[in-house]
Amino acid sequence: MAQKKMGSQTVKFVNPPSIISSGTIVGPKEGQGPLKDYFDMILTDDTYGEKSWEKAECKMFQDSVNLALKKASLNINNIDYLIGGDLLNQIITSSFAARQFNVATFGLYGACSTMAEGLSIGSMVIDGGFADYVIVTTSSHFSTAERQYRFPLEQGVQRPFTAQWTVTGSGSSLLSSTGSGPYITHVTTGKVVDLGMKDANNMGAAMAPAAADTIITHFNDTGFTINDYDLIITGDMARVGKSILMELLNKEGLNIEDKYKDCGIEIYDESQDVHSGGSGAGCSAVVLNGWLLSQIKNGTYNRVLFIATGALLSPTSTQQGESIPGIAHAVTISRYT
Amino acid sequence: MEKDVKKQQEYKDIAQKYEPKPTLIKNIIWAFVVGGLICDIGQFFLNLFVSRGMSLEQASTPVAIIMVFLGSFLTGIGIYDDIGRFAGAGSVVPITGFANSIVAPAMEFKREGFVFGVASRMFNIAGPVIVYGVGTSIIVGLVYYFLK
Repeated sequence: MAQKKMGSQTVKFVNPPSIISSGTIVGPKEGQGPLKDYFDMILTDDTYGEKSWEKAECKMFQDSVNLALKKASLNINNIDYLIGGDLLNQIITSSFAARQFNVATFGLYGACSTMAEGLSIGSMVIDGGFADYVIVTTSSHFSTAERQYRFPLEQGVQRPFTAQWTVTGSGSSLLSSTGSGPYITHVTTGKVVDLGMKDANNMGAAMAPAAADTIITHFNDTGFTINDYDLIITGDMARVGKSILMELLNKEGLNIEDKYKDCGIEIYDESQDVHSGGSGAGCSAVVLNGWLLSQIKNGTYNRVLFIATGALLSPTSTQQGESIPGIAHAVTISRYT
Repeated sequence: MEKDVKKQQEYKDIAQKYEPKPTLIKNIIWAFVVGGLICDIGQFFLNLFVSRGMSLEQASTPVAIIMVFLGSFLTGIGIYDDIGRFAGAGSVVPITGFANSIVAPAMEFKREGFVFGVASRMFNIAGPVIVYGVGTSIIVGLVYYFLK
């Protein structure tokens, strides 16, 4: 009998894990954006002194883990599990970063939803009594993602307005069975939803139905209403996806407009020529671990629903004309238990 | 299944409403201006060579070489993608764009080695253009041969 399950897809923790520290590191472009003051480290060079962008992303991943550990005055030997994910084929960033750490590791792929996926699994592991400290880290890098999914960087092409900009950055959350919050109290695990969108340059539209599904399921499962939250924040719906999501939710009688933000919109300024907004596994990770947690700690928001969304496509599936499945995982982060 | 199709169509209609319209007129004007300027530069070299005594046919080869060099050079120093961002087709269609489409992947995949990186990725984008360009010219050639 699953005692901590609520409704169809939600889990309520008995001893809510605490996010005791976090680490963020971002690239130069993100370091010029509106959230620049909230990041622990801003790179001046997106190769981070490495020979390849892949190596640079790996180093960012490691540094965000180290930053989070250092802030909590812990070292990697105290950690029971590392849960990591990224966008590259065979999640090489996470695995290559983890080989330096000598720690039990779970590798995840949930595209840009991986941060919420990692927090969900990490929290379950802790509340299940299987661990005291779990670190959840995700990363993405504009240049590694671009060459894998789209065009070479120097290619002179025009990006459509629906396109999103992959965030260069890595964020870590250090979860603990003890601590003074912010706490993860509930998680709603998303279903894969595909309404037939095929445009890889419009991922907001591909992911919006999954986000709407998870949000509605979350409210149904928990019995919460919109008034129970101070903020609802999605990972990387960006401008196009945000508008669609709000319409989908309105149709279901849920108006979130006053309380709704999106990490992909918050991270860049409109003048930064990113079109629809930011995306990538690192996008929600750095916004959550940089800006959002500090806002929860200082009381600006007492309870937040964090929903990271992922477009589960690959270059092969796009070329073969497949539509883009989306997924969204929701995590309730609260100042108090 | 039928319900799925209906649902997908309904969603497509919603999604389309929020798709920002491309700035078509602006794109066309920039493409015309930049594309025109690139052609002006080509014409300048062509006129220069002809005025120095080359025939039109002789002069077109060095002009193509110069334009390909310029396209590659601007790609190499990281400027061509900036031009392409607002010029669109204006910088893709001329021969400089062809050079860009070969040099860009060649630079990008250097780290994967000179054989499986540079050499095999070089024609990633230009390859289809060459294949169908040559293919079309064969068909046109055959038609021309039989109709003559």
